[in-house]
Amino acid sequence: MNTDSEPILETREVLKSYSNAGQIIQAVDHVSFAVRPGEFVALVGPSGSGKTTLLALLAGLLQPTSGEVQIGGQQLSKLNDAQRTRFRAQKIGFVFQASNLVPYLTAQENVELMLKLNGTLTRERAARVRELLARLGLETRLKNLPAQMSGGQQQRVAIARALAHQPDVVLADEPTASLDTERAFQVVQTLGDLIHEQQRAGIMVTHDLRMCRWVDRIVRMTDGRIAEVVDSPQEILALSTTTH
Amino acid sequence: MLSLPLSFELALLEVWRNKSRFLLISTVVAFITLLVLFTAGLAEGLGLGNREYIQNLRADALVYSDKSELFVSASRITQKTLRDLRNISGVDAVGAIAWAPVALVTANNSVGVKVQLGGVIPGQPGEPEVVEGSQLSGKRENVAIIDRSTAIRTGLKLGDKFQIRSVVARKDELYEFTVVGLAGSQQYSLQSTVFVPYQSWEKSRPRAQLETDVDAIVFNLGLVRLSDPTNAASMRRQIVQSVDEVLVVDKQTAWENTPGYGPQQSTLSLQRGFTLLIALIVVGSFFRIQTLQKVAQVGVLKAIGTRSGTIVLASLIQIFAVTAIGVLFGVLATLGLAAVIPPTVPIRFDGSTFASTVVLMLMIGPLGGLVSVQVLLKTEPLRALGLAS
Ligand SMILES: Nc1ncnc2c1ncn2[C@@H]1O[C@H](COP(=O)(O)OP(=O)(O)OP(=O)(O)O)[C@@H](O)[C@H]1O
Ligand SMILES: [Mg+2]
Repeated sequence: MNTDSEPILETREVLKSYSNAGQIIQAVDHVSFAVRPGEFVALVGPSGSGKTTLLALLAGLLQPTSGEVQIGGQQLSKLNDAQRTRFRAQKIGFVFQASNLVPYLTAQENVELMLKLNGTLTRERAARVRELLARLGLETRLKNLPAQMSGGQQQRVAIARALAHQPDVVLADEPTASLDTERAFQVVQTLGDLIHEQQRAGIMVTHDLRMCRWVDRIVRMTDGRIAEVVDSPQEILALSTTTH
Repeated sequence: MLSLPLSFELALLEVWRNKSRFLLISTVVAFITLLVLFTAGLAEGLGLGNREYIQNLRADALVYSDKSELFVSASRITQKTLRDLRNISGVDAVGAIAWAPVALVTANNSVGVKVQLGGVIPGQPGEPEVVEGSQLSGKRENVAIIDRSTAIRTGLKLGDKFQIRSVVARKDELYEFTVVGLAGSQQYSLQSTVFVPYQSWEKSRPRAQLETDVDAIVFNLGLVRLSDPTNAASMRRQIVQSVDEVLVVDKQTAWENTPGYGPQQSTLSLQRGFTLLIALIVVGSFFRIQTLQKVAQVGVLKAIGTRSGTIVLASLIQIFAVTAIGVLFGVLATLGLAAVIPPTVPIRFDGSTFASTVVLMLMIGPLGGLVSVQVLLKTEPLRALGLAS
């Protein structure tokens, strides 16, 4: 990680509130933080603490009630709907929980889809997609449909899809939720390695502290607020190796 | 900018990789197309069978007796009425037709084929034009023009002889005629037709007494051709005023008043409409279910930055492609079947009805798909994160 570089993603006092049966819930409550290129951050916290909501705000899928999200110098609130869709296609990579590949596209086509959305698919880029998939141990699976792959293989394809278009930010919401521990470790490790190598800003929501072994920072949320930030490698190692 | 090639690619890859599922719906569309086309063909065939002769008449005014209520067999037109008609200025020619149901007996069919025997005035409106052979000549010769459907059903050719069997004074009588002319299809009241000079008709028709007075013949309809057909409507009114006790109509009114014609056509078009509606519902439901099953996937596509327009377009392309394939197979099956059904089956494919049915069937896809489009538009990208409201 390059600690000197400027943050590529920044939030300032982001607030998202819902009124629920007369009650106002602050799903995300004045959250400010920044992520630099090459930095891999874990968002942890109890159920309902606002992790997914924050991720949606970062992707521009939700508009904050107040505050601002900025990616690569672009304030998301300044974009209209169509521009935000385009922005997501260009600047954001997503890994969702489980089986979020397009079922009728092969592994390679699923990854190339990101390049087609951006109109940047060339012969050379297609070759790079194959390299990336090979790097993820999927060289023999290029022509497989999702249904012909295991959950772990599918998530690795999803990782390739999240990185293929060279986005600024990679967002992952519980990417290992459907995997057994062994495969989960593999997937998160590969994700971390690629985020570091390719200098993306990575943010992963997880329930499972053991998955934090490969992150540079752990942000713990409670009731929509940032309750704790852990960024010393020793502490992270300690947290992720204690049995829970 | 919408991504057209991407829409095509997504639409067609999905179909290609789920061939059996989409083939099923294409097959349903094909069968419905076949059914709709055959219903239309039957309506056309039966309609033609009823109106063909009238439609082909070279007459601008059809004259009925006034108490007939446009019921041909109840209409009585005398020679006097025909003379009155001839005396009206602006009338170019006056013919007439008298109908009688008889059996046509040939050397190899002694049981006989039921036909309508038409008595006409040679050379005047009412006598169909031959496509082969000659027109009728002489009022009392035993010569006949047979229409194409009679030729098909009896195998009669030019120059052949046949017999007309009528019940006369409670006994079967046979009258011999020679085929001198072949006309195109000229069905009347869903029956094949044979045309003979009116005096020969009078002598050979079924009747209670053996003796007849061929000059006292009573026709069913007077058929008037006008010098100036552009003025037909007012001429028809003028005829009613100058001739006693007649009703005068145009050809369309005449065939629409053929017994059963209206109810038959409306039943068949209702059936065609309902079949199209069923097709719409089936196709619409299939794609709606199919779309509902993939909202999660659509949420993901939107979240990763696919425009709604691209997704909707892909869906429409897909629906259209699947319907079009079904319609294509339906049309091919219809043409195949049409080639093998015997010509006596009253199914006729009229180019414009056929084309409009195909267009309607093709529109069913996009129309039925509107429900799916609504589902696609409503699906939020937030769903990909499990957050959609
Ligand atoms: N559309 C909504 N309307 C009302 N309340 C909402 C809505 N979306 C989220 N919330 C509330 O906001 C809070 C945060 O939800 P969120 O899904 O972000 O939590 P989370 O940390 O991701 O939880 P989990 O670990 O269970 O996934 C919860 O209390 C939730 O009920
Ligand atoms: Mg969540």
